[in-house]
Amino acid sequence: MKEKPDTLEQAVLTEYKYGFVTDIDTDVIAKGLNENTIRLISSKKNEPEWLLDWRLKAYNHWLKLEEPKWANIKYPIINYQDIIYYAAPKPKKQLNSLDEADPELLATFEKLGISLNEQKRLTGVAVDVVMDSVSIATSFKEQLSEIGVIFCSISEAVQLHPELVKQYLGSIVPMTDNYFAALNSAVFTDGSFCYIPKGVRCPMELSTYFRINTENAGQFERTLIIAEDESYVSYLEGCTAPMRDENQLHAAVVELVAHTKAEIKYSTVQNWYPGDKNGMGGIYNFVTKRGICKGDHSKISWTQVETGSAITWKYPSVILKGDYSIGEFYSVAFTNNHQQADTGTKMTHLGKNTRSRIVSKGISAGHSQNSYRGLVRASKQATNARNYSQCDSLLLGDKCGAHTFPYIEVKNKTAIVEHEATTSKIGEDQLFYCKQRGIDAETAVALIVNGFAKEVMNQLPMEFAVEAQKLLAISMEGSVG
Amino acid sequence: MNNITYFKDQFEQLQEANPKGTIANLRQNGFDAFTKDGVPTYRDEDWKYTNVSSLFNQEYQIAENSSVTLAEVNAIRLPGYKQANELVFVNGRFMANLSTIRSEATDLIVLPLEDAAKDEYKDIVAAHLNQSSNYLNNGIHALNTSFIDGGVFVHVLKGKEPEHAVYCYHILDARENPSLALPRSLVLVDESSKLQLTESYTTLGSSDSFNNQVMEVVVKENAYVEYYKIQNDVANASQVSSTHIRQIGKSHVHTVTITLNGGIVRNNMNLVLDAAGNETHLYGLYLLKGKSHADNHTLIDNLKPNCFSNQLYKGIADDTSTAVFNGRIMVQPDAQKTNAYQSNKNILLSENATINTKPQLEIFADDVKCSHGCTIGQLDEEAMFYLRARGIPKESAAVLLLQAFAADIIDQIKPEPLRSYVSKLIYEHLAIQ
Repeated sequence: MKEKPDTLEQAVLTEYKYGFVTDIDTDVIAKGLNENTIRLISSKKNEPEWLLDWRLKAYNHWLKLEEPKWANIKYPIINYQDIIYYAAPKPKKQLNSLDEADPELLATFEKLGISLNEQKRLTGVAVDVVMDSVSIATSFKEQLSEIGVIFCSISEAVQLHPELVKQYLGSIVPMTDNYFAALNSAVFTDGSFCYIPKGVRCPMELSTYFRINTENAGQFERTLIIAEDESYVSYLEGCTAPMRDENQLHAAVVELVAHTKAEIKYSTVQNWYPGDKNGMGGIYNFVTKRGICKGDHSKISWTQVETGSAITWKYPSVILKGDYSIGEFYSVAFTNNHQQADTGTKMTHLGKNTRSRIVSKGISAGHSQNSYRGLVRASKQATNARNYSQCDSLLLGDKCGAHTFPYIEVKNKTAIVEHEATTSKIGEDQLFYCKQRGIDAETAVALIVNGFAKEVMNQLPMEFAVEAQKLLAISMEGSVG
Repeated sequence: MNNITYFKDQFEQLQEANPKGTIANLRQNGFDAFTKDGVPTYRDEDWKYTNVSSLFNQEYQIAENSSVTLAEVNAIRLPGYKQANELVFVNGRFMANLSTIRSEATDLIVLPLEDAAKDEYKDIVAAHLNQSSNYLNNGIHALNTSFIDGGVFVHVLKGKEPEHAVYCYHILDARENPSLALPRSLVLVDESSKLQLTESYTTLGSSDSFNNQVMEVVVKENAYVEYYKIQNDVANASQVSSTHIRQIGKSHVHTVTITLNGGIVRNNMNLVLDAAGNETHLYGLYLLKGKSHADNHTLIDNLKPNCFSNQLYKGIADDTSTAVFNGRIMVQPDAQKTNAYQSNKNILLSENATINTKPQLEIFADDVKCSHGCTIGQLDEEAMFYLRARGIPKESAAVLLLQAFAADIIDQIKPEPLRSYVSKLIYEHLAIQ
């Protein structure tokens, strides 16, 4: 499963592996946020008038909002004027193929284990790579377009498919939704766009890789996935950032639309820089993710493995509008050192015979705080709505905290909603069982934690399940004892 | 709100009449907090599902005196009263002339709160009265504190197990005006003693009533407390009833809350486990019809190690009623080896009823075993079929199943006359369609 460290000390010293900085020519705008910043971003991206208006509207709305305080997280006040809202690797010229890309850039992604080159063909994964504010490259575009799948950066989609973007952008997460969604709507710089036409089963995993490189830059990406009738797509995102002492802000918005009988599977392996062991630095991850099962018999499934970020504030939700639609949420949130996570989901049952399932596994170690916050709502029309939620917490240390805040609101008498939660530490008897069979303490703990998270890991696409397991093992090192 | 001016006038009159002492100071603090916090709205997390602001649009009177007679008290006595100490509160004030103390003064002492604050209990009152404000820091609690007047102090003496239970009857006289009552009581259950306490609520007349009650109970080493709350008032009787129990010595507390009727009913049941090895059992049952709204908030704050707590709340919501359950378990860093269980089960019977539930765990210690679960569902179709196949009509079958659902909680009422009384109340409540 992982290479076993020789000693515990060595394990403690395991540092964040993706903490390097790429020295690359970057186009950076001045710090600060005002209408001009937004106009500048918009003009740099050569955007149509309607999008700029939309951004400005969002900005003006944002000015009226207050930062939410309800989450179970503590952090110093964010100075929104001290952030760079646009940073992009300088384009030398319009790229025709990946071979022309900056070798430094390619090397960076090689280092991160993401090959932009054709070798990925073997694993059958199409990748869109976003560095700081812009999308660098998208692979397999042509093959995908042959079957009608559009997979590109959102900036490109604005240029090439404005009617789709205009129709769906902000339709699920409106710009007025919340503080961070409004901020994102005003300043989003890039992200991925996927469109799966009717009846198409996307033949490969689509994947976006997010990387923050520039110091003091915030990343505001926006992802939009549309699955037409009877289509299927599996999408994966991954994130990393260099190690820095300051906190960096990441405020993303993800919108999913599933039409009749469509299915979207969205997986996240989030590994932003979590800060050092004293809680210095790290990414503030404030993300709004929401999907709508618009048509009957549609399905949206969120799977997330959250190991990074100093602060995670993230509630991937599903609106179950179509009859017989299904929403799923599988989550493993691991927090160590001084990390804080407040994450969970919202399942809003509107259609008849809708089903949802929530499996959340929280693991806290060190001085971290890990909260599950979820809402299950069955509205009056949601006849025969069914929900099952399970959230388990595991505590590895006496300085950490695990919290559960499930909200359940039911207005329909045929709805059946169940919620179960447990909190405990690793059982002495389980440890004893392993040790008795010659497995040392640390391996035993890793084994037990892996078993604890298995139910969620099984939901990940195969290529990433292995990756995620390793990630969990690395994050956990040094937390035992 | 005109009410604010009304409260201010009333408060100033009260302070002028009794300007000095511990209680006057507390009242002042309470009123300052009330002016500052105001009435909670749905924007306050704790009041998200219960809108109390409508209660404050009423022109309530904090009535001074009322002509409640002994005959009227007789009509509402709970079974077993002949063996109990009966404390009668009219519009929130303790009425010695209507009350009956059957226990010896060597076992149990009942004093007006004002007297207790002056004499030998001075220090005890100063140490324990209004500790609840640390947990219930909202405008409604502060309003009660602003009007501490005519409250009662109950002391079960060290090592005594009084054979007479304590019954508290809260009577609100709303025959002429909408009536507001702000009863306040402090109960001290001393070392190695035992207390059985029951509260019931009655509104006279047809105007609205609002009972904003705070009871603080302090439980010492080796003590044993049973607490029963029976809420079966008329449909326009609302209440916010806060029971704040602090187990400051290793002790055992057992509570049962039964809510059958009422307007907006909010119960705050707080248990502060401030000694190692405490044991606590909380039970609740709410059977709502009509437009009733019942909100049960429980809090168990584990401060010390080795505490055990178990909660079971069950409810049925029919017609256009709303049931809210919010159970919060906190385990503080020192509270290792805590075992805390919580379960909330609900049945929705009507298209227009709502159930909101939120079982919450906040855990800051690692060596704990905590679990919570909640369910919302309907009557089991197979069970219904089983009964109907045996010739039991639909209505009776439903009543039978609901009664069985409620039985878990009814069984937790230990004294016999009360148990059969509640059981009968519930049967009648369920059988009326």
